[in-house]
Amino acid sequence: MTTEMEDILGTAANWRANGRQVALATVVTTWGSSPRPVGSQLVVDDKGAFLGSVSGGCIEGAVIEVAKDVMKSGTPKTLEFGVSNEQAWEVGLACGGKVRVFVERVE
Amino acid sequence: MKQTLLDRLIADRAAKRPVALITALEGGAQALIYPQGPSLGDGFAAPIEHAARQALADDQSGPIETEQGTVFIHVHNPPQRLVVVGAVHITQALAEIAALAGYGVTIIDPRRAFAQSARFPNITVSTAWPDDALRALKPDSHTAIVTLTHDPKIDDPALEVALKSEAFYIGSLGSTRTHAKRLQRLYDKGFTERDTARIHGPVGLDIGALSPAEIAISIIAEITKIRRALPSTKDQAA
Repeated sequence: MTTEMEDILGTAANWRANGRQVALATVVTTWGSSPRPVGSQLVVDDKGAFLGSVSGGCIEGAVIEVAKDVMKSGTPKTLEFGVSNEQAWEVGLACGGKVRVFVERVE
Repeated sequence: MKQTLLDRLIADRAAKRPVALITALEGGAQALIYPQGPSLGDGFAAPIEHAARQALADDQSGPIETEQGTVFIHVHNPPQRLVVVGAVHITQALAEIAALAGYGVTIIDPRRAFAQSARFPNITVSTAWPDDALRALKPDSHTAIVTLTHDPKIDDPALEVALKSEAFYIGSLGSTRTHAKRLQRLYDKGFTERDTARIHGPVGLDIGALSPAEIAISIIAEITKIRRALPSTKDQAA
């Protein structure tokens, strides 16, 4: 049986080996009651298939959209999510926490 | 991340080599830093590599602010270990749940009828005598030890080694009465009340568990509770 991290890194390598575009998202900072700790990861491909999580399901949709851009451009991005204003609500965290997520392409 | 770094990181984790992946959030430069020996990947200033080695020692991932901007240090230490003495029915459930929770699981049982690898697919099973087997595993502060045979001949020698180690969790199956007798035997061996206070017995959180799977859940719940109370492992993902 493999652990979560083996699954995610292994999946990233496998998908890449199968010719898919792949991006990795990693929680790099948390504030308050964020649901996933620093180091939590999500792997996503160009079709939007993904494994793992960077929150309790609140921001994965937004992260996956950004990840698709990152796959095209190759330029990594750092995203911040948190309930700070009205606009942020859509991709905010219901728990009221804040997270910073680094999104990078697997070359 | 470059495929070469990813492949190396996967290989390091498989070989249980401690390694930190450092990433410059601006630009995405990356390197793998080891406790000793040369780094791999892009070049980083010496203080950053030093910080990564410190993070490995502290088992603590996180961002640091540097002259090169924010650098994220992702610690990949070998998994916490769970050593289970007794290849019993509860162990079949416990091994699976513990692996799912990210533990590297080893089972010890000198009774070959129990310690059949077919009962424990993909799990390391030792049939050596428990004190020898446990000593060989060098339990450290990242190790949990659980005895489940409730046979003093098998459990006690393991507990004696466990109590002399820095294991962060020691648990022992058995009713309150069984546990009282066990403690008495350990006192007779020269252990103090302070020593034996480290043993969680009866093992597991009291959730009214009855079936082997439920007891396994109560044990992993208690190990989780103890582990997450430790400052060094509080905020680490599995």
